Amino acid sequence: MEAWRNFNGGTWQTTIDVRDFIQNNYHEYKGDDSFLVGPTEASTRLNKQVTDLLLKELKEGGVLDMDTDVVSSITSHDAGYLDKSLETIVGLQTDKPFKRAFHPYGGINVAKKALESYGYQVSDRMDEIFNKYRKTHNQGVFDAYTQEVRKARRSGIITGLPDGYGRGRIIGDYRRAALYGVSRLIEEKVAEKSRYKTPMNEENIRLREEIQEQINALNELIELGSIYGFDLANPAQNAKEAIQWTYLAYLAAVKEQNGAAMSLGRTATFLDIYIQRDIEEGRIDEVDAQEMIDHFIMKLRMIRFARTPEYNELFTGDPTWVTESLAGMGEDGRSLVTKTTFRYLQTLYNLDTSAEPNLTVLWSDALPQGFKHFCAKVSADTSSIQYENDEIMRPKHGDDYAIACCVSPMTIGKEMQFFGARANLAKALLYAINGGRDEITGAQVSPETPVYDKEYLEFDAVMERLDLIMDWLIETYVSALNTIHYMHDKYAYERAQMAFHDAEVKRNFATGIAGLSVVADSLSAIKYAKVKPVYDKESGLITDFETEGDFPYYGNNDDRVDTIANDVIRIFMKKLRKQYTYRQSVPTMSILTITSNVVYGLKTGNTPDGRKAGESFAPGANPMHGRDNTGALNSLLSVAKIPADECEDGISNTFTLVPTALNNDYENLASVIDGYFTKGGYHVNINILNRDQLIDAYNNPDKYPNLTIRVSGYAVNFAKLTNPQKREVIERTFHETL
Amino acid sequence: MKHSKGNVHNIETFGTFDGPGVRYVLFLQGCPFQCKFCHNRDSWSTETNSLMSVEDVLSDFETYKAFYRNGGITVSGGEPLMQTEFVRELFKAAKEKGIHTTLDTSAACFNHKKAALIREILTYTDLVLLDIKHIDEDKHKSLTNASNKQVLAFLDLLETIGKPTIIRHVLIPGINDDENSIDRLEGRLMDYRCVDKVEVLPYHTNGKFKWEAMGLTYPLEGVPAMDKQTAKAIEERLNQSIRFNQNDALDKNYPSKPTRH
Repeated sequence: MEAWRNFNGGTWQTTIDVRDFIQNNYHEYKGDDSFLVGPTEASTRLNKQVTDLLLKELKEGGVLDMDTDVVSSITSHDAGYLDKSLETIVGLQTDKPFKRAFHPYGGINVAKKALESYGYQVSDRMDEIFNKYRKTHNQGVFDAYTQEVRKARRSGIITGLPDGYGRGRIIGDYRRAALYGVSRLIEEKVAEKSRYKTPMNEENIRLREEIQEQINALNELIELGSIYGFDLANPAQNAKEAIQWTYLAYLAAVKEQNGAAMSLGRTATFLDIYIQRDIEEGRIDEVDAQEMIDHFIMKLRMIRFARTPEYNELFTGDPTWVTESLAGMGEDGRSLVTKTTFRYLQTLYNLDTSAEPNLTVLWSDALPQGFKHFCAKVSADTSSIQYENDEIMRPKHGDDYAIACCVSPMTIGKEMQFFGARANLAKALLYAINGGRDEITGAQVSPETPVYDKEYLEFDAVMERLDLIMDWLIETYVSALNTIHYMHDKYAYERAQMAFHDAEVKRNFATGIAGLSVVADSLSAIKYAKVKPVYDKESGLITDFETEGDFPYYGNNDDRVDTIANDVIRIFMKKLRKQYTYRQSVPTMSILTITSNVVYGLKTGNTPDGRKAGESFAPGANPMHGRDNTGALNSLLSVAKIPADECEDGISNTFTLVPTALNNDYENLASVIDGYFTKGGYHVNINILNRDQLIDAYNNPDKYPNLTIRVSGYAVNFAKLTNPQKREVIERTFHETL
Repeated sequence: MKHSKGNVHNIETFGTFDGPGVRYVLFLQGCPFQCKFCHNRDSWSTETNSLMSVEDVLSDFETYKAFYRNGGITVSGGEPLMQTEFVRELFKAAKEKGIHTTLDTSAACFNHKKAALIREILTYTDLVLLDIKHIDEDKHKSLTNASNKQVLAFLDLLETIGKPTIIRHVLIPGINDDENSIDRLEGRLMDYRCVDKVEVLPYHTNGKFKWEAMGLTYPLEGVPAMDKQTAKAIEERLNQSIRFNQNDALDKNYPSKPTRH
C-alpha cells in the first residue's frame, strides 16, 4: 500500500495495533536540542492571531462567541479557519475560532447556565427539545440519586461530581485514523459487533448498540474530513496527513463531548515516523516539520468549552486537559524519545508558553541525557511541563499508555476510566467527631452518632470514628458514581472516543480524595500534642481546637506523621475495594485536587492541625503551605512515600523552586526529578518561579499575559486564576537554597 | 583510634552552590577567621552545637542519595579544617562508598603541625573550594583578623599535589574591589595550574541579621551590596587569564589531574 511505503511490517498490518507499528518503525533520538528551529513567518503570523483572540477573549470576560441553537456534533459546523492560506493543519470545533459549541447531552440545565452566565440565551427550540423530548445525563442522574447522595453532595463532602457535565478522561487512540484510514476501522468495528450475539443479554445488547454508535461516529468522521477537503476513509500518505487525520479524529471527540478532561494521548513518537519518512524521502525539511507541529499545537491550544462559573471555581483557568504524553521507555529498553518529542516541547518557545496542551513527560532515569537536559531547560524557562514516573506506570499499563487529565494513566485504546472527582477527607474527620453533622451548617449529613465528648481528642477514639465515617462516605460516594456512569453511558455515550478503543476495554473506577495533608497533620496533632475540642454553645458541635505542644507535620520526611497519611489512604482503598462498582470497573484512587483545593478549604471549618476555617487545603498530595520547612528534598521524600499501589489513579505534587536554587544548572533540576522518582514519587509539577514575580503578576496582570504556572496536575495561565486561587499559589512553599 | 564526632552547625540537603551537582552540604561549627563580612556569624564559636558521628552523617546522606547522582558531599563551615580528625574520617569513609567529596575551606587552620593530616584529607578529597578573602596580607588581617600566609601556603600545597581547585573570592565594595587588588589576585592565581576556575561572589548584606540577633554590631555597616554585573565581569577576567596562562605554558612536570566523576 502506498500509504505504508517504506514502513517495516508487523502484526500491525493485520490487526489494529498502533503500538506494534510504533515499535517496528520509530527512530529513537539520543541527541540534544541543537537541531531544532524557530517558527516560520506563517507560524508567527497565525500565532499572533491566536494571541490577539486570547487577549480579546480575556477582555470580554472569558468568552468571545457561543452557539445557542446548534447542537454540537461531528458534522454540525462548516469548515472554520484562522487563515486558510497559512494553516498547514486545519479544523475548528465550530465554524469560527474561539466560538464555543453547545453541548446539551451532559445536562441541558448546565449548558443553559453556561450560556446565560456569559450573557447568551439558549434558543427556544433547543430548550424545548432537551427539556421536553430528549432527556439528558444530568436529569437521569438526579432521577436516580438517593437522599444520602444529595445530602453529601450539598454539604460539599463530595464535590465536583460529573453529574451535570461530560465526565471526560477517556482517550481515544486517534492515531488509528491516520495509520489505518477510517474505512478500515469501520470494517473492524463491524466484525467486532458480530462477535456479540449470544446470549443476547443486557450486556451484549448494550455493547452491540454502542459499537453501532461508534460506527456511526466513524462515518461522520469521514464526512468531517470531506468538509475540510480530506479523504479520511483512506490512511494518511505523509506526515502532514498523519497529523491532520490524527487531529480530525481528536476534533471529532471534542465536537461531540464537553468532557472535563479531553486528553490527546501519545502522538509525538507515532507522528515522528511519518515525519522521518518524509524527511528521508526529501519531501520536507526540519523547518517544514517544526511548522506542522507548531500549527498542530496551536490548534490544540484553541480547544474551548462552554462552562459554568461553578465549574470554573473548581477548575479554574479554562482548562481542557488536552494532555499529550511524551517520551517514556519502551519495553525493549529503548526510550520512546524522537526528534518530534523535542519538537513538541519546542512549541513552548516558538509559540510562547501556554497552559495547553498539557505537556506531560513520562520520565525515567534511563531516558537519554540530551532529552532530560532539554526538559529541565524548558521547565526552567517556561514552568509548563509536568512529569510522571514511567517506572511506576509502565509495569502496569505497558509502554503505550497515556495520561488523561493530570495523573491518570491508561493504555491507549484499551483502557478508560469513570472519572469520579473527589471526597473531602478533612471534612470527613470533622464529621467523625461531630456525630455526622456538618461543622458549618449544622445539618445532619451522615447517620447520627454522639458528638465526641472527652476533654481531649484521643487518637484511637478519633481513628475509630473516622473509620466508621469512611464506611458511610465511601458507600455514598460509590453510589453517586455508579449512578453517574450508568446515566452517562445511557445519555451521553462517548461514541467518537470509544470508536478509537477496542470493543472490550478495561474500566477503572477513579475516585479521589482531597485534604490529605490536613488530615495527616490533624491526626498528628491529636497523637503527638494535646488537642482540646472547643464546642459551639448553640449547636453543641466542635467548631474549634486548642492545641498544646508540638507535633510533626507531613512534608518533612518524618515517619511519625507520614505513616498516618499512608494509613488513611490504605483504609480508604480497603473499603473502596469492597464496593460494587458499575460495569466491572476496577476501583482506583487519586490524590489530586486540581484547583479545587481552594473551594474545599472554603467549605471546611477549623481543623485540629491549626488550619482555620475557610483556609485553602494544599493542592493534591502536597504538604500544607509553609509546613514543609526542613528543605525541598524532605518535602519530596514525604510525598514519595505515599504508596502508588493504593493510588493507581495518581498522586499529584506541585513543586516550586526559586530560579536561583538551581544555580543556573539544568542538570540540577534533572537530578531532583531523577531522585524523586527513584524514591517512588508518582508525579511532579515543576515551577521555577519567584514569589515576587507572582505578587507582581497579581498586582499587575497586564504585565504578565502569558505567565504560565503549574498547579495540581495542569498548567494554567496565571491571569486566568481567581484572586483567592492566585493568593493560594503565592502562599505556597517556595523552596530556596539557604 | 578514637572515633571523633563532628560539631555540626547546619546541614543543607539541597546544595547547588558548593561543588558540582546537587549536594549534601555539612556546615561544621567553629572558625578561626573573623571575617567582617561573614554571613554566618553564628558559626564562629567552637561551642558544641550538634554532634554527629561519621555514621550519622553518612546515614543521613543516604536518605537523600537518590538526588545526588551528579553531586556528592561537601564539608563547609565555619572552617571545616578546625575539625581535621572528623573530616579525615568522614571523607575516608565517603570515598570508600564512592561519594564525590568537596572541601570548602578558607585554609585558616593550615599549619605545619596539621600539614600531614590535611595532606591525608586531600587524598580523600575530589575538589577543593578555597576561599581567598584578600590578596594583600595587611588588608587580609584587617578584614579577617588573621594573615593570609597560610591560605596561600595551602594553595601551594594544592598545586604541588595537583588537586582540582576552585578559588572563591567574595568581592566587597571599597575593600577588595580596587584595581590593584584585582591585579595582584590575577597575577598570583595565573601561576597555579590546579585552579580550575575562580568564582567571584558579590558581597551581600543578608548575613547582617545574624550579627544583630547575637547583639553584635555589624562591622561592615554602610557597605553596600556588590553590583552583580561588576562581579561577573571580574570573574570573567580572572578566568580568562587563568585559562590563557594554562594553555600557554604546558608544564610537563605538572601532576596529571585525576579524572573527576
